[in-house]
Amino acid sequence: MDSIAVSYDDLIPNNVNLSGDRRLQRALEGWHPGYIDWWNSMGPDGFQEADVYLRTAVSVDPKGWAKFGYVKMPEYRWGILLAPAEEGRTIPFGQHKGEPAWQEVPGEYRAMLRRLLVVQGDTEPASVEQQRHLGKTCPSLYDLRNLFQVNVEEGRHLWAMVYLLQKYFGRDGREEAEGLLTRRSGDADRPRILGAFNEATPDWLSFFMFTYFTDRDGKMQLEALAQSGFDPLSRTTRFMLTEEAHHMFVGESGISRIVQRTCEAMKEAGIEDPTDVDPIRALGVIDLPTLQRKANFHYAVTLDLFGAEVSTNAANAFNAGLKGRFQETKIDDDHQLTGDTYPVLRFEGGAFKTVEEPALSALNARLRDDYERDAAGGLKRWNKVIQKAGVDFAFSLPHVAFNRQVGAFRDLPATPDGEVLSREAWDKRRDEWLPSDDDLAFVNSLMEPVQEPGGYAPWIAAPKVGIDNQPGDFEYVRLKG
Amino acid sequence: MTTPIRQHLIDPEICIRCNTCEETCPINAVTHNEDNYVVDPAICNACLDCISPCPTGAIDNWRIVSTPYSLEEQFEWDELPEEDENLTLEETAPGAVEEALEDEVSRLLAEAHAGLGGKSKPPASASTPYVNLYTRGEPAVAKVAGNFRLTDGTTDSDIRHIVLDFGSHSFPVLEGQSIGIVPPGVDAKGRPHHVRLYSVASPRDGERPNHNNLSLTVKRDVAVVEGVRHEGVASSYLCDLKKGDEVKVTGPFGTSFLMPNDPEANIIMVCTGTGSAPFRAMTERRRRRRETRGTLLLFFGARTPGELPYFGPLMKLPDRLIRKELCFSRLDDQPKEYVQDRMRKKGDGVAALLGEQKTHLYVCGLKGMESGVTEALESLCREAGLDWKSLAERMRDEGRYHVETY
Repeated sequence: MDSIAVSYDDLIPNNVNLSGDRRLQRALEGWHPGYIDWWNSMGPDGFQEADVYLRTAVSVDPKGWAKFGYVKMPEYRWGILLAPAEEGRTIPFGQHKGEPAWQEVPGEYRAMLRRLLVVQGDTEPASVEQQRHLGKTCPSLYDLRNLFQVNVEEGRHLWAMVYLLQKYFGRDGREEAEGLLTRRSGDADRPRILGAFNEATPDWLSFFMFTYFTDRDGKMQLEALAQSGFDPLSRTTRFMLTEEAHHMFVGESGISRIVQRTCEAMKEAGIEDPTDVDPIRALGVIDLPTLQRKANFHYAVTLDLFGAEVSTNAANAFNAGLKGRFQETKIDDDHQLTGDTYPVLRFEGGAFKTVEEPALSALNARLRDDYERDAAGGLKRWNKVIQKAGVDFAFSLPHVAFNRQVGAFRDLPATPDGEVLSREAWDKRRDEWLPSDDDLAFVNSLMEPVQEPGGYAPWIAAPKVGIDNQPGDFEYVRLKG
Repeated sequence: MTTPIRQHLIDPEICIRCNTCEETCPINAVTHNEDNYVVDPAICNACLDCISPCPTGAIDNWRIVSTPYSLEEQFEWDELPEEDENLTLEETAPGAVEEALEDEVSRLLAEAHAGLGGKSKPPASASTPYVNLYTRGEPAVAKVAGNFRLTDGTTDSDIRHIVLDFGSHSFPVLEGQSIGIVPPGVDAKGRPHHVRLYSVASPRDGERPNHNNLSLTVKRDVAVVEGVRHEGVASSYLCDLKKGDEVKVTGPFGTSFLMPNDPEANIIMVCTGTGSAPFRAMTERRRRRRETRGTLLLFFGARTPGELPYFGPLMKLPDRLIRKELCFSRLDDQPKEYVQDRMRKKGDGVAALLGEQKTHLYVCGLKGMESGVTEALESLCREAGLDWKSLAERMRDEGRYHVETY
């Protein structure tokens, strides 16, 4: 049981016996002030003094891993928590399949593993930076609290990656850990590593879309890392996944509440046609076609995060046993993929067709396909909300080739339906598929803060149940002054 | 007909298919298709491991059914089906499964709530409690952080305020819930001691806020039979604990004797002796949150002020937070006064509150107080033109009337 209990006596709560490793403890304690500086300068702007009703992980045991209470964010206890070790765990895939899982970094894979950790770690503070101004336009205290919960947990995920870097990578690891605090989302000179994490999150619709689509990529990546033969990485990411679920909840339920509110307002006003945009916007709600365009944008940007469809890096990481497939242990094959193929979509000779690629090098394509299925689930739910309201409209995911900047479909002028046009024709119709300046200006015009307990902005419905089962008018954030 | 069971279900409207429950379930009772996550009724043993990690609350849904919904049915749902209100779990002890999921404790709670005369329900605005996180087989180990005598040294009534610290183990409780204490050792027949229930006397954020502790109010149980002094096993064990001692704790238990979260709700509390524990918790909850919109009205009886637990701190609470009606049955220069007498005296005020839809009534203490309190309620209602019997039933069904006596 000892490895499950979190030691709150130390400055850094942990269940990794930090006090038993003086060198590591000093390294982390040395990193901590820089982290707090980063949080104060790049974390939520204007709310560092507020009391926020947050959950804190106190134990990784399912029966009590989350405790709720009011906390000032800079005083949040960011800890290092690993899921319990599995007795006798073996490497589940790749050329080392069946060997005991590594408890130390194998020398030959040091550089590759470090890169995986840095790329994953870099996304965590990046999203906090992207979202730092959102608090000022919160549609409710409930949503404000959810934003901050996402933010502090992204902060904790950064800690999780920094722990691995400092514990297993010595001086290199310490330098990388510093680097994670130095890069800045959207900064021209020292940007974050991945493109999508340099896009601003300018409004709450973008935030919900981001947590739905882009955090879901995070989930897929974490799932793949949770399979890792490097046991500390597997255990770290397994626990992170339980927190990541909340982020996806914020996105899926956020969009769902917007959709619900729009449909309600249309019905109340007797508007039947969902494409009758101006009168719908006059009601102060977001029209469904604009939501579809926002979804198109975020989906395409997120697909880019999966990288090139065919990739030797991904093959190497799999072969080495460092990064598996989504739910690797539930897949029924040899988990080594020697000689297997995987169908990858290509645009060749003027048409889309699937090409059988060596399964090992097509791992990114496979993860992206898994993502597509996973992402479609929420759209189904949103469509049920629309259906229930009796409005004739349905969301759909755009074609994978639509509006891509990375991979085989880069710069291909494909429509959301998968029709390939001339560049000129595509450009002319762009605003049918992607949010126009006008769309964004309209959404932005709705972003007026609502800070009364139990109050909600007119463009979003109240949630079905409160966080931690709190009543509807619960004061999730106590603002100061 | 088959015996109704309580089936664990997931609300498909709220669930986001994050897979956390499936990942968490230690016995693989959760599965999914493309649309829904579902619980296999043939496998699930209601261990509740999946409840806390769920980010949406979708996981915490239960239906009493005569035939469990199959996986195939659950896969097809867009929303949860309505519950058949005609089905109950009367075959087991009333309220058994809901309250504790542990037979021994369920029996104790069913006995304690028997005075209510029907199935007890939680207030509509109560938080959902955790129950049965720790069992006899796997108890939580708490450390005693303090043990203070509450009653005057001059009286023979020894009532203690005991603070238990759960360290790094989560032990979430709500005001009104109980915990189980299993005294160490065995009884005269060599069997392990029975579990004893004690109401938590501190609010949900702890005796000392956010330090993962809670407090109990425990009276040393003493009986003198034919000139020989007998002490209760569990109460003496608790009263004799020293700071730093370790105690095995089960629970938390209880899903109906809970406080309304609604700050507008009026709460009438009637108690004697250590029956004050849950009311101390509720009052402290409101005090810390500075909630003074709803009325708190306390009828509290003891033999003398020196034997009334928390007399000093209670006197310091401002009237705008809580109206205190303290009455004593052994004051030298005054006639005996019991809680029911004071309730009659304040009959108009009580009846006026009972007439309000937002009023909740709680009775907690020794079994012996029940009949007197009921009679007082009947008479004060009669005088105000109310019918206590039908009002009691309505309040009970609406989760606004609660009795816990022992």
